[in-house]
Amino acid sequence: MINIFLIVFIITLFFCVTAIRLKTFINVIALQGFLLFGIFFLLLRDINTLNLIFLLLETIIFKSIAVPVFLNYLIKRNKITRETEPYVSNFASLFILTATILTLFFLFSTIKGGLFENVFFVVAVSTLFTGFYLIISRKKIITHVMGFIILENGVVILSLAVGNEMPLLVNLGILLDIFVTVLVLGIFANKVGDIFKEGEVQQLNRLRD
Amino acid sequence: MIIAAYIICSLIISALIFSIRIKKVTYSLIIAFLVIQWAFTIYESVNLNLRQLEYFTSDSIAVILLITLSILTTTSLFYSYLYIEKRKDDNKLRSIYFASFVVLIFALSCAYLANHIAIAWIFVEITTLSASVLIYHRKTERTLEATWKYIFICSVSVAMIFMGILILGLAVQNAKVGELFYLNLYLNAGKLDEFWLEASFLLVFTGYTAKAGLVPMFTAGIDAKDKAPSPASAIFSSALMNVGFIGIFRFYEIIAQTNVFSWAKAVLIISAVVSIFIAATYMINVKSFKRMFAYSSVEHMGIIMLGLASAGIGYFAAILHLILHSFVKAAMFYQYGSVFRIIKSKFIKDAGGYFYLNLSGALILLLGFFLLTAMPPSGLFVTEFMIFSSLFKSGYFWIIIVTAILLTVIIYSMGENIFKLLFLKENKNGYSNNSTEKENKLDYIPQVILLLAVIYLGFNTPVFLQNLIKEAVKNLL
Repeated sequence: MINIFLIVFIITLFFCVTAIRLKTFINVIALQGFLLFGIFFLLLRDINTLNLIFLLLETIIFKSIAVPVFLNYLIKRNKITRETEPYVSNFASLFILTATILTLFFLFSTIKGGLFENVFFVVAVSTLFTGFYLIISRKKIITHVMGFIILENGVVILSLAVGNEMPLLVNLGILLDIFVTVLVLGIFANKVGDIFKEGEVQQLNRLRD
Repeated sequence: MIIAAYIICSLIISALIFSIRIKKVTYSLIIAFLVIQWAFTIYESVNLNLRQLEYFTSDSIAVILLITLSILTTTSLFYSYLYIEKRKDDNKLRSIYFASFVVLIFALSCAYLANHIAIAWIFVEITTLSASVLIYHRKTERTLEATWKYIFICSVSVAMIFMGILILGLAVQNAKVGELFYLNLYLNAGKLDEFWLEASFLLVFTGYTAKAGLVPMFTAGIDAKDKAPSPASAIFSSALMNVGFIGIFRFYEIIAQTNVFSWAKAVLIISAVVSIFIAATYMINVKSFKRMFAYSSVEHMGIIMLGLASAGIGYFAAILHLILHSFVKAAMFYQYGSVFRIIKSKFIKDAGGYFYLNLSGALILLLGFFLLTAMPPSGLFVTEFMIFSSLFKSGYFWIIIVTAILLTVIIYSMGENIFKLLFLKENKNGYSNNSTEKENKLDYIPQVILLLAVIYLGFNTPVFLQNLIKEAVKNLL
């Protein structure tokens, strides 16, 4: 059952790199929040109620509802156009992601460890890769923020892949997740959007040598 | 108990500064914070190797860096006072600046003392947040750009450190180490899984380079030091870089007990040489003085990493170099504050005539230049000499040659810019001695003390400092 969630998660990554409109992107991020909750719920069966409520807040309320609503608000407020404007063509992106995931599967199958953990690792590392890839290959600042959110999702999955025995660390990671995302988005909302009207990365190249 | 009191007091002081926006109250609270900071520093240095609240230990390396931090906090707060008052910032700006400054100092102190890898990581995250408020102090488009880049790159780096910690969790799974305390890891280092240990070291190292100012993540720090107010830049390029160093150093201590030690040395050497190379290439064509000093920090951090990657006396020299570099770089940034007030431009092309406009400041800048480039009266000369001789003994002959050539390039380009500022007869903007406000000569005393300390500590290192450093590096030998 967990594997189904993980596979669906990988499929959402393909949607991410090929999304043409920002709206699609935001919907995918919301869906990923639900998937994360599903994975948490199935994996951490014997957690106490407090922890469960915390996870529910973090994944459903925060990742699936608050962040997408906030992103939509940002796009409306700063009048950002709806295209994602990649530097690379969608076909190339799709090819790169597929190649990466396949390589990861082969790579992790050579390393010792159970098959179950391997799937977790492949999903986690490919999510991290997708996050970095989106940050590198998109023109708009807001897509960088979205890339960062996906990167954070990858970190959460990675913490699940190894964190069964370290509940403290899992919680720490989640806290960081909430904190930094809110902060980065907050700054983006208030300042960058106001001052740099176009919201494109080219405007952030005045500081250089 | 003391450390809990320190944390609570600092947070309360910061909150009070933030909420009560009255000039006199702010400055009295700042003085109260300084007293607390020094009391805490003295307590920690008297009670060496005392474990407090389970997650903090006052070991030698932490105490060394804590003392350095407290000295620089004192001077930086003094120059911040001058900076804010000369700019005539309003009450709101002033209180936000000092409140985040207090949070930054407290987070740095706790990050030094933390003995658990995850706890150290939390405080490093807090330093990112408080530092970004300081960078945004002047609220212009470019400070916003620097803040945005700093937060983004540091967040990604901090996420990388977290991944490294998670992977470390895999490395310890079979070793029955328990919680990830540095001491636990150090004692059980032989039992850790080497593959995962290597992966973890790479991630943690890459993450901490954002703070330490090394290749690959050094870029955010350069913009931050360029755009922050100069007293804050002084802390960024000294104490904040030291926090990155301590993160790498503590992990390196663990690695030193395993079979992958020589591999980790290779990682450090590659990063160090590339850092020095990048500093040299950018410094040839640098446009502003602050960026030049920031790249010089990258270079010195590279030399420190070379010291860590060598052997024997090189470890000792690396730590001493770290302390001395913090002092001299802070003094240069403080003096740069005066330069900016007089020349009224940060660009090198507008510079000139500083000897005519401000004689005492120019002398300090000249002395600072000789100390920063490790010319003989400088303590950095002694430490660089020790580092190179121990590299020679370890057989890294080619690295010495490459580094020496790059250092020559750095000294040349730095000298070109600084001498232009000092000795050109007039600056482009044509400011004469009358049109600028007078600088108070007495304000320069802390800079002179810091610079003289660099000479004194290098040639005549006090016995207690020697013992502390020897104690700090004993795990590497």
